[in-house]
Amino acid sequence: MLAALFVVPAYVVVSVAFGTVDFSNFGRPVPYYAPWWWSFDTFNQTLSKFWGPEAIYQDALIRTFVYVIAASMICLVLGYTVAYFTARKATKYKGLILILLVSPLWISYLMRIYAWQGLLDSGGPINVLLGPFGFRHTDLLSGLPITVIIGLVYGYIPFMILPIYASLDRIPESLLEAGRDLGASGGQTFWRVTLPMSRPAILTGIVIVTLPMFGDYYTNDLLSQSPRTSMFGNLIATQKELLGGATRTASLVLILSVIVLLPMMYYLHETRRASERAA
Amino acid sequence: MSVALEAPAAQTRTGGYFKNPWRKPRVLQGVTIAYLLWSLLPVVIAVIFSFNDGRSRIIWQGFSMRWWTADPTDSILHDPQMRAAIAQTYKLAILVVLISVPIGTLFAIGIDRWHGRPARGANFVMLLSFVVPEIILGTSLFILFTTLFKFVHLGTPAEFLGLAVFQVSYPAVIVRARLLTIGPEYEEAAMDLGASPSQAIRRVLLPLITPAIFASVALVFADCVDDFVTVNALSGDASTETVAQKIYSASRASPTPEVNAAATVMLITTLLIVGIGLLLYRRFNRGQAGGSAADLAQL
Repeated sequence: MLAALFVVPAYVVVSVAFGTVDFSNFGRPVPYYAPWWWSFDTFNQTLSKFWGPEAIYQDALIRTFVYVIAASMICLVLGYTVAYFTARKATKYKGLILILLVSPLWISYLMRIYAWQGLLDSGGPINVLLGPFGFRHTDLLSGLPITVIIGLVYGYIPFMILPIYASLDRIPESLLEAGRDLGASGGQTFWRVTLPMSRPAILTGIVIVTLPMFGDYYTNDLLSQSPRTSMFGNLIATQKELLGGATRTASLVLILSVIVLLPMMYYLHETRRASERAA
Repeated sequence: MSVALEAPAAQTRTGGYFKNPWRKPRVLQGVTIAYLLWSLLPVVIAVIFSFNDGRSRIIWQGFSMRWWTADPTDSILHDPQMRAAIAQTYKLAILVVLISVPIGTLFAIGIDRWHGRPARGANFVMLLSFVVPEIILGTSLFILFTTLFKFVHLGTPAEFLGLAVFQVSYPAVIVRARLLTIGPEYEEAAMDLGASPSQAIRRVLLPLITPAIFASVALVFADCVDDFVTVNALSGDASTETVAQKIYSASRASPTPEVNAAATVMLITTLLIVGIGLLLYRRFNRGQAGGSAADLAQL
């Protein structure tokens, strides 16, 4: 039943993407359900906006990758540090820190980004704080890539910290002591024992932060509102609001699905392997 | 004299800082504290400014209940649109919890018991809905409900179905993890002692998975309140908008502390539900190894 809930929508999206639009009827989409009627006009048109001479979407595509990669790398470095401290060094404050780490997940994402919007507003506290560094009059919400990237990091970093924490917490202390007894320095123990053992969690973390980032458009809308930073998700959100945009929306959804297919499959494969190992 | 004495002491301290592996990890500690402040302080500030007397959400103009109760048109108590949004958010969250948690629990038991191809397929789909970017799911359902399944009207029915579809997987995954740690032994023992299969499930298995069910209720509720993308794709008009959508649309126009107040109401509700969920989880999980916080992190 659940499979039907996924297969049917997927097929309808394909049919709409490969269908046409009836402009005499408020731009309603006319899906072609039979594969032999499929027309690839709109889809090809959409695709040609990513590559080739009329690539008006190309910037957004490249930007999506740059932002997502930058944001997930920051997530990884900062998240690993925090997770490492919590798992290894936090001692008696571990429970408290864990609760604080999890709590953003219980607070509405929109509210957290909204809170940042207030802080970053021109004349707001961040402007005042950064004033001595020459940012007193910079409008931080006017479409700065760095604002959007940090916004993405802020939104998704808990999903990076938690799996890494869980994996670091499972590494037995005795293994690290063994490493040290065999003459490794603290740094060597980290590079040759801790880091390799947490690699699966790092990869899982990267996948589960990047996938939602690829579809994110509201972080961008709230923190930039400028087409200069718009990402793939914004393309979809914009097309969806347009009259007669259904065919293009469906085409964009298909293209995005193909882009995220690989990391998604990796995640599913890894999860299955992990559960088989546990069983 | 005193300067000369202090210098070598300082040197050994820094030397020890690099040599002693069990030193206090000041850098790591600093980063972690900075991170926690960074992640939570903005929310605290947003909550505080819901009590601001003026229209600004960055300049403090004195304490008042203006945006909560006092203002006759723009406070959350008197603004009909905001009240409708809050009611709609609760309605959806409660409906989805009532439907998704039982179905997800049954799913988990099913996947755990069947094995074989269908179970693996169901498990695959369940995990898939975890990782598909929400915009793909939401937009696909929007297209589905506006072309093939026109009988599902945009608004509450579509929002409910959209949320329920992927919220089923939370209880399914959580309950299944619990079932894996329990194993089949207890049920088998019950049946050896003369219980029928349905009795074994009702009187042995169900009490054992109760903590996982409470955890799922909290998680599903919080996630429904939090959801923006799916609901935004499937709400028909302004009358079925949720608080998340109000935050979004207000923040693109000219937000007043009324939005902060509405968001605070949602925050308090979610924290209450999660708190109660955690307490019940603890209560029913007594005697098991590991704290509840550690369990949460494993999710």
